[in-house]
Amino acid sequence: MKIMRPMGAVGIVASAALVLAACSQESSSGNTPTSGAASAATATASVACGGKTPLSGEGSTAQKTAVDIFSQEYAKACPGQTVNYNATGSGAGVKQFNAKQVDFGGSDSPLSGADVDAAKTRCGGNPAWNLPLVVGPISIAYKINGVTSLTLTPEVAAKIFNGQIKTWNDPALVAINPGVSLPSTPIQVFSRSDESGTTDNFQHYLAAAGKGAWTQGTGKAFKGGVGNGAQGSNGVASAVRAADGAIGYMESSYVTNGLTAAKLDSGSGAVELTPQNVAKALDAASFKAPGTNDLAMDLDKIYASNTPGAYPLLLTTYELVCSKGYDADTAKAVKAFLTVSATTAQQPIANKGFVPLPQSLQDKVLTAVNAIS
Amino acid sequence: MGVRRRLYPSRRPPISANKTKVRAGDRIFQNLTTGAGVLVVALIGLIGIFLVVQAIPALKADGVNFLTSRTWVTNDPTNLRFGILDLALVTIYTSLVALIIAMPISLGIALFLTQYAPRQLARPFAYVVDLLAAVPSIIFGLWGILVLAPVLSPVAQWINDVLGFIPIFGKGNIFPNFAGTIFTAGVVLAVMVLPIITSLSREVFERTPTPHVEGALALGATRWEVIRTTVLPFGKAGYIGASMLGLGRALGETIALAVILFIPQAGHFDWSVFDGGATFASKIASNAAEFNNPTSAGAYIAAGLVLFVLTFAVNFAARAIIGERQSA
Repeated sequence: MKIMRPMGAVGIVASAALVLAACSQESSSGNTPTSGAASAATATASVACGGKTPLSGEGSTAQKTAVDIFSQEYAKACPGQTVNYNATGSGAGVKQFNAKQVDFGGSDSPLSGADVDAAKTRCGGNPAWNLPLVVGPISIAYKINGVTSLTLTPEVAAKIFNGQIKTWNDPALVAINPGVSLPSTPIQVFSRSDESGTTDNFQHYLAAAGKGAWTQGTGKAFKGGVGNGAQGSNGVASAVRAADGAIGYMESSYVTNGLTAAKLDSGSGAVELTPQNVAKALDAASFKAPGTNDLAMDLDKIYASNTPGAYPLLLTTYELVCSKGYDADTAKAVKAFLTVSATTAQQPIANKGFVPLPQSLQDKVLTAVNAIS
Repeated sequence: MGVRRRLYPSRRPPISANKTKVRAGDRIFQNLTTGAGVLVVALIGLIGIFLVVQAIPALKADGVNFLTSRTWVTNDPTNLRFGILDLALVTIYTSLVALIIAMPISLGIALFLTQYAPRQLARPFAYVVDLLAAVPSIIFGLWGILVLAPVLSPVAQWINDVLGFIPIFGKGNIFPNFAGTIFTAGVVLAVMVLPIITSLSREVFERTPTPHVEGALALGATRWEVIRTTVLPFGKAGYIGASMLGLGRALGETIALAVILFIPQAGHFDWSVFDGGATFASKIASNAAEFNNPTSAGAYIAAGLVLFVLTFAVNFAARAIIGERQSA
C-alpha cells in the first residue's frame, strides 16, 4: 500500500488534468456557434438568487449526471446555494415529491393517473407541472466488423429487436443500405437486463414508428424476446463492443470506442444522430396539454414524425414542480435553480451525451418557471 | 444453536455457585454479552419476519407456481407471474462451478502455506491471499466482464465445439455469445471465495498436532505422506466447512454477477455452463432501482427470502461440520 499511494495520487492528478483539458477543449468549441441551427438557445440568464438552501430533489437515475451539473452551475451562479438530488428512480421520485419529502421530483415519464391528483394535493390544490429539462437521444449502436455506416428504418429496427430479422445480410437490411456490404453474421441483440426508462422509451419508439412491426408492447422491461440482457447501459455497451455482429440501444454518451450509432430513416432519408438533428425533432414537439405550462411532451408524436433531418429517437426526463403552493423561500430557490438549469447549464450537459434545449422549448420552460409562485 | 447449547452448561454453574459474591462488574458484563448475543439473533429473526411479511402479498397474487415456474413478469401488479426455478438453479450452478474451481486451488495454497513454504514467505503470502477478500466485488465484476470474458470466450467456444455433446458444455442459451456465461461468472466467483476457503483451511491445517506430524516423520514418512496421513485427516472437516462458508459467500454474491451475467430474452437455464441467467441476488440488485409498487417489490423480496433460507442452511451445515470436528 505504501508503494501504491503516491502512484494513486499521480493517477488522480493525471486524470484530473485530462478531464480539465477535455472540458476546456469542449467549452471553447462549444462557445463558438458552429452552425446556424435552430438550437442556438440562450446560454445566460439573470437569476434572482436566494431562498431555501439546500433544495432537495429525488428521482430518475437517468438525469442524475445532468442534475449534478445543474447543481454545480447553480452554485456558480448563486454562491452558497446548493441542491441535493437523490437518484433513487423515477417511481421513488414521484412518491417522495407527492409525500412532500422533496422540493422537486425527477421522473422519466410525466405524472399520470392517481399521481396527478396526489401531486395536486401536495401543492395545496394547485396542479404540478412536468418540465422537460433533460433531453437525451437514444442510440441504436452496433459493432459489425467492416461496416462503418448503417441505416435503419424504425420498422427494420423493430424487426431486429424482436427477432424477425436474424442476420445482417437480410434483404430488408440490404435494401435500405445500398452500397454497404453487409456480412452474413448472425445479429446479436443486446438489451437492458434491469428495468429502465431507456428501454421503455425505446419500445415506445418501436411501437409508434415501427409501422406495426412491434407488437411486443412497452414497459421498462425489454419485451423483444430475443438476444441477451446486460446490466445497465454500460453493460450493454461493453457487451455490444465485445461481439462481432452485435447491436443494442443505449444513451448516446455510451457510444464510444468501436461502437457506431446507426442512422435512422423515418421516411425522409437517413438522419445521423447529432445534437442539431435531435433539436430539430424537439422543435416539432407537441405537448399533451398544449397552451399550458405543463410541458409533458407527446413523445409518440415525435417518434412517429418524419420531419426531414430530424432524429426522433430521444428520451426526455422531467422535473416535477408545483405551479403554486410553495412557501416563498422554496419558490424563490426552485425558480432560481430551474432558471439556471434551463439556460447556463444546458451547454455543459451537452458534453455528457444530452442535447441542449432548443430555443423554442427553452422559451416555454422559462415561461413556466417564471410562472411558479 | 449448537454453539449456545454447548457454551451455557459450562458457563452457568460457576456463576450460580458463588451466587452470594456476584460483583456488579460481572453482572454488567454478563448482561452486555447476553444482550449482544440476543441482539444478533433478534436481528436475524426480524430480517426473516420482514422478508416474510413483505413477500406474502406478492406470493398470494402470484399467477404461477412460485417454486417451479421459470417466468418472471412483475411489471403489472395486477397480473404478477413469477417463479424462482431458474434463479435458484443459476444461483446454485454458478456457486458450484466456483467451488469446483476454488476448492482444489485453496487446498493447494493452504497446504503450501502451512507445509511447504518457508516461514518468512508464508506470512506475506497469506496476507496477499487475504487481501483478495478486500477487493470490492464490483471491481471483480468489471474485471470479469471487461478483461476476463474476452480471454475466456474463445476457450469457452473451443470447449463447446469439442465437448458440446456433454450437456453441461452444450450450446448455451445466450449463444452465440460466450462472454456473460455462468462459466465466466463461476471463474470470477472462484477468485472471490478463494481467500475465505484458503485462510480458514490454513488455520485448521496449522493446528495439526505436532506429535502426529513428528510421529509420521519418525516413521520415515515423506512430506506428502505426512500431509496425507496427518494434516488432511485432521483438517478435512475444517476444510469442508471452509468450503461451505465459501459457498455461502458465493450464493449471496450480488453485484459482480449482475455485471457479468447476460440474461437471455428467450430460452431458459438448461444445465450448460455456457448459459446466461440471473441469480437471486443479481436479479434483485438489477431491478432494485425501479421498485415502484410494493407488490412487485414483494416478488423480489420473496426471491430474497428463498436465498436467505438457502444461505442460512448452507452456513448452518458449515458450522455443524466445523463444530462436530472441534468437539470430537
